[in-house]
Amino acid sequence: MLGAGAAVPVALLAVWVLSARQGWLTEQILPDPREVLQTTRDYVTSGELLADTAISLRRVAEGFAAGAVIGLVIGAAQGLSQGARAILELPFFVISQVPILGWLPLLILLVGIDEELKVIVIAWSAFVPVALNTAQGMRDVPRTLREVGQVLTFDPWSMLSRIILPAALPSIFTGLREGLAHSWQTLVAVELFASSEGLGYLMSWGRQLFQLDIVVMALVVVGAIGLVLNWTLGRVERRLRRWQVQTA
Amino acid sequence: MIARLPLPPWRPLLIPLVVLALWELASRAGWSDARFLPPPETVLHRVWFETTQGGLATDLAASLRRGASGLLIGASAGVTLGLLLGLSRVAERLLGPLFLAYRQVALFAWVPLLSMWFGGAEAGKIAFISHAAMAPAVVNTWRGSRDIPRAHVELAAVLTFGRLDFIRFVALPGALPFVLVGLRSSLIYAWLATIGAELFLNIAPGLGGRLNEGRETFQMDLVLACIVVLGALGVAFSRVAAIGEARLLRRRG
Repeated sequence: MLGAGAAVPVALLAVWVLSARQGWLTEQILPDPREVLQTTRDYVTSGELLADTAISLRRVAEGFAAGAVIGLVIGAAQGLSQGARAILELPFFVISQVPILGWLPLLILLVGIDEELKVIVIAWSAFVPVALNTAQGMRDVPRTLREVGQVLTFDPWSMLSRIILPAALPSIFTGLREGLAHSWQTLVAVELFASSEGLGYLMSWGRQLFQLDIVVMALVVVGAIGLVLNWTLGRVERRLRRWQVQTA
Repeated sequence: MIARLPLPPWRPLLIPLVVLALWELASRAGWSDARFLPPPETVLHRVWFETTQGGLATDLAASLRRGASGLLIGASAGVTLGLLLGLSRVAERLLGPLFLAYRQVALFAWVPLLSMWFGGAEAGKIAFISHAAMAPAVVNTWRGSRDIPRAHVELAAVLTFGRLDFIRFVALPGALPFVLVGLRSSLIYAWLATIGAELFLNIAPGLGGRLNEGRETFQMDLVLACIVVLGALGVAFSRVAAIGEARLLRRRG
């Protein structure tokens, strides 16, 4: 299974190496893989790659944390109270229909292009899926479970902590996972557009210099981090789902 | 999307009205700097002026055309690849892992490379939009066509369907709900990528270009007018997608 899956990437890599060696590819299309390796080695030893990666990760962590917290609160309000939902749903829906990048020029005018901009945009991109999934998960808690709580005369706090939160947890987690994926996407976009550090900046800088080896190196790092984030959260999510099936 | 509940109809409008009132009040009373927050009527006037006499209609048309071309290319390539992955075990084994790895790379990280290959003009923009529209179509078509019930496959074999008939009468209708979910997110991503391409790549007519112009020349009313148009379009897209989806699923029965 894994063997077959690895065959195509290995073959592609071989074709890439061969065509670079034979000079079939110009530097403007794809750089020589050896050059990419060499550049990567240089950037790793000089510490630049690590520094840019750390900056990008910190931005995502800050933005995601802020967006997730606000999303959880707004989502919970919509999921728990019909009144809050009636008030919030329409404005929330309309605002979330504007593509995230549409807000970018507005925010640049308002807050400039420093760290605040990145954190706000990343937070915004995490906020939307977290709020949507939290609200959905809390609304979808089975009626029978709520009735159990009523029979046991749970007070609102126990109802929330013992019944609604555990039952909505997988859905909330799906929202967090989607939010993190969006945050990562948005980080790259905002760093390409307005930044002087970070992985996205590294790429746009490499592009400006026509140094595709830098672009490819940053692309691989961006993909690897995406893979790790997705894989880790996917595992946690599966565990949560299994746990929910057992309790249901 | 918006549930009809027996609640007073003014409730959904509460926040928008309060925000508008505060906004109006702030600009009347001079609490806000008009350069940063022009009064609502200025923005509305700008929307009106731009769409009737200014260039916004042209820009809108350019963006929509660009987005539609990219969506068409990306979605049809995506559905095709998804069917291939879903229907052929060999293809799934060979290409599946590669596709999953490719998906991990954040969308915008491809902008520098694609702009190198296709240039920053129209070709590069459409390449990026197609690329953005493709992945969701692949994932969902793949998932939908992988689990076609055995009985349907056997029936098709009994009826000696050819490959194309099988795809047309069995695989596509069977996978349709998934394909539609995929196409809906293709639409969202294509639109996001259209705005992104217009912001990041060469200047050309389009909403993203106007947003950029508004930012560079510090015309807040233009920026806000573009956002109003983007919001209206987003709502319209989501309505059209929902209606189209319902129609197609009903026809399938």
